[in-house]
Amino acid sequence: MAPLIEAVDVGKRFTGGLGRESILALDGLSLAIDAEKPSVIAVVGESGSGKTTLARLLLGLAEPTTGEVRYRGEDLRRLGRNSWRAFRRDVQAVFQDPYGVYNPFYRVDHVLSTPVRQFGLAASRAEARGLIEEALRAVGLRPEEILGRYPHQLSGGQRQRVMVARALLPKPKLIIADEPVSMVDASLRATILGSLRNLTDQHGISILYITHDLATAYQVGDQILVLYRAHLVEAGAIDRIVTTPQHPYTQLLVSAIPHAHATRDWIKQENEEPRNGVDMMSHGCPFADRCAHATSLCAVAPPLYRTELRRVVACVLYREYPTLAARELGSWLSA
Amino acid sequence: MSEPVLRVERLRVAFDHPLGKVQAVDDVSFALTPGERLGLAGESGSGKSTLALSIMRMIKPPGRIEAGAVWLNGGRLADLDEEGIRAVRLAGIALVPQGSMNSLNPILRIGQQIADALIDHGLRLGRRAEEWRVAALLTEVGLPANVARMYPHELSGGMKQRACIAIAIALRPKVIIADEPTSALDVVVQRQVMATLARVQQELGAAVILIGHDMGLMAQFVDRLGIMYAGRLVEVAPIADIIAHPRHPYTRALIASLPSLEARGALAGIPGLAPSLRDLPPGCAFHPRCEFATDRCREERPVLRDVAGVDVACHLA
Amino acid sequence: MRAVFRYFRRNPSLALGIALLAALALFVVIGGILVDTEDARPLSVPTLRAPSWAYPFGTDRQGRDLLAVMIAGTPLTLRIGFIAGFLGVGLGTVLAFIAAYYRGVLDTVIRGIADIGLTVPGLLVLIIIAVSIKGTLTVNQMAIVVASLAWLYPTRTIRAQVLSLRERGYVEVARLSGMSGPAIIFLELMPNLLPYLAATLVNAVSAAILASIGLEVLGLGPIDAPTLGMTLYWVNFNAAMINGWWWWWTAPTVIILMVFLGLFFLTVGLDEIANPRLRRSA
Repeated sequence: MAPLIEAVDVGKRFTGGLGRESILALDGLSLAIDAEKPSVIAVVGESGSGKTTLARLLLGLAEPTTGEVRYRGEDLRRLGRNSWRAFRRDVQAVFQDPYGVYNPFYRVDHVLSTPVRQFGLAASRAEARGLIEEALRAVGLRPEEILGRYPHQLSGGQRQRVMVARALLPKPKLIIADEPVSMVDASLRATILGSLRNLTDQHGISILYITHDLATAYQVGDQILVLYRAHLVEAGAIDRIVTTPQHPYTQLLVSAIPHAHATRDWIKQENEEPRNGVDMMSHGCPFADRCAHATSLCAVAPPLYRTELRRVVACVLYREYPTLAARELGSWLSA
Repeated sequence: MSEPVLRVERLRVAFDHPLGKVQAVDDVSFALTPGERLGLAGESGSGKSTLALSIMRMIKPPGRIEAGAVWLNGGRLADLDEEGIRAVRLAGIALVPQGSMNSLNPILRIGQQIADALIDHGLRLGRRAEEWRVAALLTEVGLPANVARMYPHELSGGMKQRACIAIAIALRPKVIIADEPTSALDVVVQRQVMATLARVQQELGAAVILIGHDMGLMAQFVDRLGIMYAGRLVEVAPIADIIAHPRHPYTRALIASLPSLEARGALAGIPGLAPSLRDLPPGCAFHPRCEFATDRCREERPVLRDVAGVDVACHLA
Repeated sequence: MRAVFRYFRRNPSLALGIALLAALALFVVIGGILVDTEDARPLSVPTLRAPSWAYPFGTDRQGRDLLAVMIAGTPLTLRIGFIAGFLGVGLGTVLAFIAAYYRGVLDTVIRGIADIGLTVPGLLVLIIIAVSIKGTLTVNQMAIVVASLAWLYPTRTIRAQVLSLRERGYVEVARLSGMSGPAIIFLELMPNLLPYLAATLVNAVSAAILASIGLEVLGLGPIDAPTLGMTLYWVNFNAAMINGWWWWWTAPTVIILMVFLGLFFLTVGLDEIANPRLRRSA
């Protein structure tokens, strides 16, 4: 049974234009999401890591320069009209910005009625209304407070929840959430994340949660992929990776998060990273120039080493472990 | 107990909107001792940024300072004229505004922008002296000297923010107000910028007001924390106290709602919505969302008062 | 109704523009009832009479009652402007949307033609076209001549607006919700452009009227029609200024002034609706 959506060794390179170098946004990543086993996969990375590019590739909003994105085994670029429709119904998204996603000309009802209409989800106006109200309630909103209003009359948190409701309408199997709470107030984040987690636990919808915030990823995710400068550096079960990170970048990331209940030595731990003259630019490990453990071995991009049953690390420090071919990552993750 | 370097007394700031008056800052008072780090936490609409601007007298119509006073080193800022307050800005109190790294002038080199801060305050140095001063400032914030010749777009986010700090400290202010200085930055860079701020502050002997909403960051950086809700200060306490024993229900709920790496537990948000500042509920502004609300909370507005060494505005504390 | 008046207080330009154009409309309508427009033809009335009770605007050298001429001619002039303006903006909008939404070859071609067309002096082209048409022009033909160039500028400006709108988040969300290209253009992009289109339309009408008056003054317009521009042509032809027949050129000048001022204020007023940042606070 082909996975719902699968990225096979996808890469994206943006050509630089006149006289400028091209930019590698994503380098050979594989990922698979199985419709049968709903889970929350967190993709964590800072800006420039390639996480948003991954989202756009999986949604078919951009085309990969290498590799393929497949929907139920078929390359997205070759989908027929009906399959494309089915793809749009099965894979939905929630974006970061709760402002720009609303057309200021219409009330918020429009953003909810559009998918109902386009996907033919209801036979009558009344049925459509029922579906919309149900979706709103599923995200903890009261329809009478939301419908009939214009976007600017709702708060950022409400707008974002309406977007989740919109994503739910076609009863998708996967929702790709790209930084869904970073522009929302701190106290509302937990509520929205809670409802996302709920979608997986109670409604069997998988979530691909993309963020730079490791703390929120830890709260909602089952598995995690850590990206750094277009490469995958560590992946696997989230518990292990956050409590005992193995890749030097992941370790840096975890240590850099300030904790409310810990001792006050966070600032003291900051030290300018070693700018070792190791120039690993094109083909080596992307983290080498900031890594305290860099050696000449890092001149070649390391493969994925399986250090545990449910973890892979792309670092030569673990070269005694068996490797996992990049292409296999997708199926290994969903196994 | 040394003399406070900054004292804010019963400050009220309002915005006149055609649909009604918006009370952005409502009767806020606090004092800052030299070298102290005070945090101001709250969500959007809590009034913290407006408070920062009003301390600098940078509120423009339709906003206005309705009441209250700000004292810097014993002198009332309201008594100063335009010239006077301009001299205080940057030389007395420096503000690193929200998103400042995106407000750097894209067509001027960094060095020029730092120098402009000096020139605007009447410092007429020769070119040599100016260059030396700029280089010294860049070193203080941990940037290499060649950054002076670069344009903003050539710098990373963290470097831009440190350049903004350099501008802010150019005239050796006694108070630095940093409004969400790291909100757009990654955690690793955030730590670098905060370490820079800490170092700079210590060298200047300046006090810092850090505005933000990341409790973890506050816990690791500030000495005292003030919590703002709907334009009011609802709790002020030493940071260790507030984290360990928050007294105001909002503070408790806020701390509980913030995701952390410490435990994978149930995610608990705060029910309800922040009130519209145009239409505040009577009594305590938080009562509609508070599980402990009593009749008194619904009618009588709580006053910020000392409870066992901590300032809280809650009838139940 | 009260909301309308309140808005006019905040947007005085719009109010003024509408007032001026409404005054003209009233003039034409009431005048048409009270005055015999047949007198706008030559040889209807005694020639070269200064303004009097019988002939409030005076008469011209060919025996036209100038009041009748104004009443008959104003709608004709405006009609040319409106037809040309609407045709121009209509065509421009369609081309702009196609170019901006689909990009690629279509965009390059449309943009190329518009760019080249804009560099050629418009009046020159119009003159050449007008001169080449055999026989005399009718008012409608005049409108089409002007429309042939009126679409160039709107195409460029509307294209620029669509290009920026198309990157908005709500367009991507619409795609995810199953919408296709044309649906997105009509349902998502177009409504947000309506104020801008209205402002562009008024601009185009203004420019078209100016162009048509220009052609008429040069004698290239519909010779038999009592339009404002043709009146000025006869003013020139008969050297009315030198001869001191001031009433002959005063009337059309004042009316043309009112037309342009009205359209100008209307544009400024619409601009404010289209661009919220220009809005004055109450």
